[in-house]
Amino acid sequence: MSLLEAKGVYYKALNEQIRAQFASGISEVRVKHVNGQRYVGDGIRGRQRLILEGTPGNDMAAYMDGLELIVEGNAQDAMANTMNEGKIVVHGHAGDTVGYAMRGGEIYIRDHVGYRVGIHMKEYMDKIPAIIIGGKGGEFFGEYMAGGVLMLLGLGLEEGEPIVGSYCGTGMHGGVMYIRGEVEEYKLGKEVKIVELTPEDEEKIRYYVGEYVRYFGGDVNEILAKPFNKLIPYNKRPYGNLYCNW
Amino acid sequence: MTISMSTPDFLIERDRDRCIKCQVCVRQCANEAHFWDEEEQKVKANDALCVNCHRCVTYCPTHALTIRKYPLEFRENANWTASTIKAIYRQAETGGILLTGMGNDRPYPIFWDHLLLNASQVTNPSIDPLREPMELKTFLGRKPDQLKVEDGHLVEKIPPQLELEVPIMFSAMSYGSISLNAIKSLAAAAERVGIMYNTGEGGLHKDLYKYGKNTIVQVASGRFGVHPEYLQAGAAIEIKIGQGAKPGIGGHLPGEKVGLEVSQTRMIPEGTDAISPAPHHDIYSIEDLSQLIYSLKEATQYQKPVSVKIAAVHNIAAIASGIARAGADIIAIDGFRGGTGAAPLRTRDNVGIPIELALAAVDSRLREEGIRNQVSLVVGGSIRNSADVVKAIALGADAVYIATAALVAIGCHLCQKCNTGKCNWGIATQNPQLVKRLNPEIGAERAANLIMAWEHEIKELLGGMGINAVESLRGNRLMLRGVGLSDRELNILGVLPAGE
Repeated sequence: MSLLEAKGVYYKALNEQIRAQFASGISEVRVKHVNGQRYVGDGIRGRQRLILEGTPGNDMAAYMDGLELIVEGNAQDAMANTMNEGKIVVHGHAGDTVGYAMRGGEIYIRDHVGYRVGIHMKEYMDKIPAIIIGGKGGEFFGEYMAGGVLMLLGLGLEEGEPIVGSYCGTGMHGGVMYIRGEVEEYKLGKEVKIVELTPEDEEKIRYYVGEYVRYFGGDVNEILAKPFNKLIPYNKRPYGNLYCNW
Repeated sequence: MTISMSTPDFLIERDRDRCIKCQVCVRQCANEAHFWDEEEQKVKANDALCVNCHRCVTYCPTHALTIRKYPLEFRENANWTASTIKAIYRQAETGGILLTGMGNDRPYPIFWDHLLLNASQVTNPSIDPLREPMELKTFLGRKPDQLKVEDGHLVEKIPPQLELEVPIMFSAMSYGSISLNAIKSLAAAAERVGIMYNTGEGGLHKDLYKYGKNTIVQVASGRFGVHPEYLQAGAAIEIKIGQGAKPGIGGHLPGEKVGLEVSQTRMIPEGTDAISPAPHHDIYSIEDLSQLIYSLKEATQYQKPVSVKIAAVHNIAAIASGIARAGADIIAIDGFRGGTGAAPLRTRDNVGIPIELALAAVDSRLREEGIRNQVSLVVGGSIRNSADVVKAIALGADAVYIATAALVAIGCHLCQKCNTGKCNWGIATQNPQLVKRLNPEIGAERAANLIMAWEHEIKELLGGMGINAVESLRGNRLMLRGVGLSDRELNILGVLPAGE
């Protein structure tokens, strides 16, 4: 393992250092005092481990392909933009547009997330991306979602505090959302419906909750004791009948 | 069910004396406009299905076929034209958005045709490109504010540049909207003549990685097929914000066109719609655009220029200035006549502005702000011939994008039915039977021929002006004069009227 110091280091230099560490064959890098540096882990391919102490900046892990990235702090906006593979564990909150067009890998976020999380998420063959969020999500959750798994656990919410914002799943045409708590009808995009869980769903939920608990603590059975709502799209082709040929 | 009020657009005339009943037309027409009547032992036609793509006419061995505009007239009415009335019938029957292909076909003014080029006479002799060297080489990318030389070496590092032998590139057309053989044709032609082709937003097929140094890879709102290897594969990366044929709206590749290979390339399940929404949902400001630009630069370690493609719209000059300041190396502007695989008719025909005016406005604005060197300008949206290329460069473009012209070179007949997926020329289709009609080797030769022919013509025109390097023409609006234009238009174009 190698140790890098991020205090006062511009993002471009920091990211060069991180890349150089991995290129030299080091399999685990810990970065201290990360404070808003953007694009950490951007476009990096490989199975190494990157631990960030502090708060990395926007577009962390964009196009990332395989790394295990642990954030000991909060993450900001646009994390995991178009991420292809890998794992991200955030010991705190994350901002807006987490996992935009993410295609593979898993993201675990201990607390809350902002707007437009999991939008355009895709899945392809054996790649089924997942974002597991301990707290609540903002508006446009899973907008245009085309594949993968989005999960909101609603842990630590106060009585009556909403678990998700409006326009949830607007334009959704693939994938599945599991939301542990009530979602008012008016918040659902017109393309999504709430359906009963199947045994396969319960198995999937148990796996992801198990992983969440492994990273952040808690009791699996206690979390599973509260019912989950499953959201899926009505149609894989929401706009199939929109057009006529001129 | 009520009767359809839609009447045929075209009339298929068959000369019975010439027809030898070989049924080539029947086999060639994917629209099934021709059919064999077993009972009467005759080839017949269903006019309503004809799109006038000329496939049957070209292949008929005895030239027995003629396609005409269907001679059905509505009562004369300058306001309610036949196409206006027919559009209403179509929409009343379906309740659908009218969908079409290719570019705006309305009779708006074409400013290229109101601009004339200069030529040298007596005092400043013209140059004969057949005997003297002419330089068309073009570098696209950010240029430094100044060049410092020490000990005969450049001091500062030059930002990454795209090197073109001719200032023309094939613009973005995705795998899905056009066939793999069409893309192979353009990729191989680009390699042969030293220019670039552009993947569009459909990812990069595995067979095309070998053309990497002649490839611009695109990143659009749907991020189809975008992954680190893809970003590394090309010579440059283009962020697609907008397209001239449909400014302000996105793209839907229907599930019917997402077969196995398109699905593998786009990395989505077979048969699903590939939806590229109108906005990038992570871009709401110049700062957000800058973030995406730099995320791509970081991912490719600042080795590739990043282009941002936008449609020509109102306030284009201010928008382009913002993009330059956001860190783009190239700005690609697509005029309102730009083509497409599918666009809503009303958007195609009514949104955006002419590329000539947009280009002049942007070039002037960037010069005024002293940032013209920070970006290269590439313009598209109906560059039809080499004279348009020369005029675009004189107005301030660094290079042009062509797509419709490139497709015409490989067989497109502009029937405007790309969206149906039944392209009889094997271009805008994913039907394997139709795709194989386009031989990528012949396609590459034809597309390369077009560029070589234009290259010769550009040299001739340059030589005529007494210019021996395209760099000396760039933004040299004194080489242009306007005819039939208002003072205001001349002012925006920054050119003098002919005679002055």
